[in-house]
Amino acid sequence: MARMLMKGNYAAVYGAAMAGCTAYYGYPITPASEIAESAASLFPKLGRTFLQAESEVAAINMVYGAAGSGQRVMTGSSGPGISLKLEGISYCAGAALPCVIVDIMRGGPGLGNIGPEQSDYNQVVKGGGHGNYSSIVLAPNSCQEMCDYTMKAFELADKYRTPVFVLTDGVIGQMMESVTIPEPVKELPDKSDYAVYGTPLHKNLVNSIYIDHDDLEEWNLTLHKKYQVIKKEEVMYEEYMMEDAEIAVIGYGSVSRVLRTAVDAARAKGIKMGLFRPVTLFPFPEKEIAAMPGKGVKHILTVELSTGQMVDDVNLALAGSIKSDLYFRLGGNVPSADEILGKISELYGEVK
Amino acid sequence: MTDPKYPRSEVNSEKCKGCGLCIAACPMHVLVESPKLNSKGYHFAEYVGKGCVGCGNCFYNCPEPDAILVYLKNYDPEKEV
Amino acid sequence: MKKTMLQKPKGFIDEYKHKAGAEKDRTHYCPGCGHGILHKLIAEALEDFGLVDETILISPVGCSVFAYYYFDTGNFQAAHGRAPAVATAASRANPDKIVISYQGDGDLAAIGGNNILQAANRGENIVVFFINNAIYGMTGGQMAPTTLEGQVTTTTPYGRNTDTDGFPIKMSEVLSQLTAPTYIERVSLHDAPHIRKTRNAVRKAIKNAKERKGFQFVEVLSTCPSGWKMDPVKSMKWVKEKMLPLYPLGVYRDLGDDAKITTRPVPVMDPVAVWEKLGISAEADVDFPRGDVAEEYRKLSIRVAGFGGQGIMVTGQALASVALEYGYNVSWLPSYGPEMRGGTANCSVNIQDGQIGAAEAVKPSMLLAMNRPSLEKFEEAVEPGGTLIYNSTLIDIEPTRADIKVFAIPITGIADELGNTRVQSMVNIGAYAAITDMFRVEDVIALLPKLFKGKKQAILDLNAKAVKAGFAYVKDNFK
Repeated sequence: MARMLMKGNYAAVYGAAMAGCTAYYGYPITPASEIAESAASLFPKLGRTFLQAESEVAAINMVYGAAGSGQRVMTGSSGPGISLKLEGISYCAGAALPCVIVDIMRGGPGLGNIGPEQSDYNQVVKGGGHGNYSSIVLAPNSCQEMCDYTMKAFELADKYRTPVFVLTDGVIGQMMESVTIPEPVKELPDKSDYAVYGTPLHKNLVNSIYIDHDDLEEWNLTLHKKYQVIKKEEVMYEEYMMEDAEIAVIGYGSVSRVLRTAVDAARAKGIKMGLFRPVTLFPFPEKEIAAMPGKGVKHILTVELSTGQMVDDVNLALAGSIKSDLYFRLGGNVPSADEILGKISELYGEVK
Repeated sequence: MTDPKYPRSEVNSEKCKGCGLCIAACPMHVLVESPKLNSKGYHFAEYVGKGCVGCGNCFYNCPEPDAILVYLKNYDPEKEV
Repeated sequence: MKKTMLQKPKGFIDEYKHKAGAEKDRTHYCPGCGHGILHKLIAEALEDFGLVDETILISPVGCSVFAYYYFDTGNFQAAHGRAPAVATAASRANPDKIVISYQGDGDLAAIGGNNILQAANRGENIVVFFINNAIYGMTGGQMAPTTLEGQVTTTTPYGRNTDTDGFPIKMSEVLSQLTAPTYIERVSLHDAPHIRKTRNAVRKAIKNAKERKGFQFVEVLSTCPSGWKMDPVKSMKWVKEKMLPLYPLGVYRDLGDDAKITTRPVPVMDPVAVWEKLGISAEADVDFPRGDVAEEYRKLSIRVAGFGGQGIMVTGQALASVALEYGYNVSWLPSYGPEMRGGTANCSVNIQDGQIGAAEAVKPSMLLAMNRPSLEKFEEAVEPGGTLIYNSTLIDIEPTRADIKVFAIPITGIADELGNTRVQSMVNIGAYAAITDMFRVEDVIALLPKLFKGKKQAILDLNAKAVKAGFAYVKDNFK
C-alpha cells in the first residue's frame, strides 16, 4: 500500500527517493533530524548515498559536489544550520547547480529554541548568502505536500539549474499525517552538458569564478534573467473562500492551516473572510495579492511566526493601495484560530 | 667527436619566466640566463648548445608546463610521429 | 613505453581556454612557483597512466584556485577549505574515477581543517595533494597555519609568535594518527632529487587511487617566492634550511597491499524495484468498512495527555494509524512548549473526512487524560458537548464539567491486571473503539503487527488482550 502515516520530515525523504535523488548529505539538528534519520534508513535500501557530514558547511559542499556530478541531491536542516549553509548555497546558485534543501524552521535568533517559527523567511527567500541570487522556495503545509513538493523541488531545481528550498516549520516537520507515496520518476534529465563525470566526453567545469568584471556582470545578468522567468512561470498559491472575501488572511506553512480553521469559524459567524496561502515564497504571488483590493478585499491580515518578514512582500505587492496588518506569535508559540478571530474583530470590528 | 644533437634541452624563450630554477638544477651547467629580455621582460634561460646529458632536471624543476622541452638520448626524429 | 622526450604532459589542456585574458598559453603562477612543478608531475602521471580522461580535479581557494585552467580533466572549483567535501561527493557519485583534491595550507589546514580531517577519517577514495609553502599566497602573504615560528608575514609583521599565534601545524603527522588513511607521505620540491621523490609519491598516490585504495595524502613542501619576498633559487634553499628541520620528510603511512579496496553500491533507480525495496505495494489501498459512527464522533479533534512513559504518543499515533485504515484523514502532532519540560506529554490527533486545518487540538472535542495534571490543564478547553475519557486509576478528583460526556476508566489498572502497564495505550484504543464505534476490535488486532513492527508474538498477543479489555470495560460499564 502506498498510503502511510508518517511525519513531514519522513515524507520529504520519501518524496526525494521517488524523485530519483541518489544522495543525501546532512548534519543532525532539531527539529529536522528525522530527515537525516529517514534518509539513513531508506537510502541504503536503494543503494543510494547517505552520509552524515562533519558539519552543515561540509554537508552543503558535498551537495555542491554531488550536484556537479549530475546527481539529484538533497540536504536538510533548520535555522542555525541554514545560516551555516548559505555560503555553499550561494556557490550552488553561482555555479548553476540544482539541489534541494529542506529547512524545518525553529525559533531564533542564536540558539533560540526548537519550537516552530518562520524566522528563516528572509534568509531563505531573499537569497540569504552573498551575491545576486534567489532560490526557488516551496512552502508545504501538510505531510503529503512535504512529499509532493520535495519531489517537485527536484523537477524545478533541474529545470532551472538552481537550488530549491522546501521551507516549513517544526509543526509540519514533526506532525504525522497520511501520505500517499507517489510513483517514482521513470526518467531523469540529461545533465551531460554541465555535469562532471570524469569521462572523455564530459570534461565539464563546475565553477562560480568569473575573474573578469565583464564576464561576471554578464553571468549575473544571465542568472537575473532566469529569476525573471521563474517569477513569471512558477508562482503557486492556494485560495480558500476568497471569492467574496472582504477580509483576506495571508499565511504560509503551518500558519495557513490555523488560518483555514479560523476562516471556517469566521464564516460560521457570517464574517466574509478568506485565506490566501502563498505556496511559492520565491517567486512570491505578488500579482494575486496586488489584485485583491480590486476584487473587494477591504482588509488584509498577514499572520506569521516571525515579527513580520513575509509581510514586507505582501506590502510590496500592495504598493500602498490599501493598508495591511500583521499578527504574529514567536518563540515556538503558534496562534490559535480563536486568537486570529480576536485579532480580526479588534482590527476590523466594524465588519461584524 | 662533435657534440651530438641529442640529448638536448630547449627553452621556449617567450614562455620562460626567468625564475632560474632550471639553471640551478642543471648538473652540467649548460643552461644560462640570457642577456636578452623576452616580451614580458624576463631574462629567459638558454641552452648553451652542448653538454646536455638528458637528465631532465631542468624539465622537472621548471614550473611552467611547456617552457622547457628535453630531447632525451634515445630521441630519434625519424621515429617521431 | 620509454620516453624519448620530456614535454608538456597531456594531462594539461592544450590551450587554457578557461583562463581569463589573452595569455592562454602559460600559467598565472609567479616565476619559480612550486605549484607549477607539482602540476607538471600530476599531469605527467595522469598521462603516463592513461588516466587523464578518468580524473576529476577539485581546485581550492588560494593560488591554485585556477588549477582548473590547466588540467584536461573534469573540474570543480570549490569553496575555501571545502575541496575534501566536494571531492567526497564527487567520489561517491563516480566511485571508479580518480578524484583529486588539490589544496594549499590555508585552505587545507586552517579554514578546511575539519573537512580534511573527516574526509581522511572516512577513508574517502580520493587523492589529496597538499602544497605547504608556509604562507597565504593568493591573498598577499599572510600567516598560514604552517608558517614557521618567527617567520615574518603581512599578518605577523614581527614574526610568528607562538604565544599568540600558536605553532606550525604538521598535517601529515596529524592525519597519520587516524586509522583509515592508506598512504601519507611528506615530500619536498627544494631540489632535483627531491622533485624525483615527489614525482614517485605523486605517481604512487594516483596509482593507489586507480586501484580504489582509499585515502591518499601527499604533503609537498614548496616555495612562495613572491610571498616570501625571495628569489626562486633562494626560496628553494630556504625550504631546505628552514622547513625541512620542522617538517621531516618521509612516509607516514603506507598500508600497501593491506589497503582496503573501496566499494560503493549501485543505486536502484527502476521504479518497480524502488517500491519493492521500500516495501511499498503497488496495489490500491483498501479501507476497512466503517461502522455506524454517531455524528458527534465523525469529526474529532483529540487531545491525549499524561505522564511521559504512559504511552501518550503511542496512543495518539495508534488512533491516527487505525483511523487512517478506515479512510479518514488524520493528523498527529506531538506537544511543543513548556509542558514538555515537566515530564508530562501530550499530543493532538485529528480524525475527520475533508481537509484538516489547525493540527493542534486547542479546543478538543475529545480529551483523553491519563493523569491528574492533564485533566486539570485541559478539561476547561474541551468543546461543549465533547467527550472526556479519564484514567480513574490515577486521577483522584472528579471532573467539573457538566456539559460534556465523561467516561471514567481505570486504564492503568486494567493494564496492570494484564501484567504490564505498558499496554495502557492499547486499553485506550479499545475504550475509544467502544465509545465511538469507529474501530472494530478485530480490525485493530489485525493491525497490531503493523503498529508494533518487529515485536514478538507474545507482545502482540498481550496488546490484543489490552484492546479487548478496554473495549469490554466500556461496553460493560457504560451501556
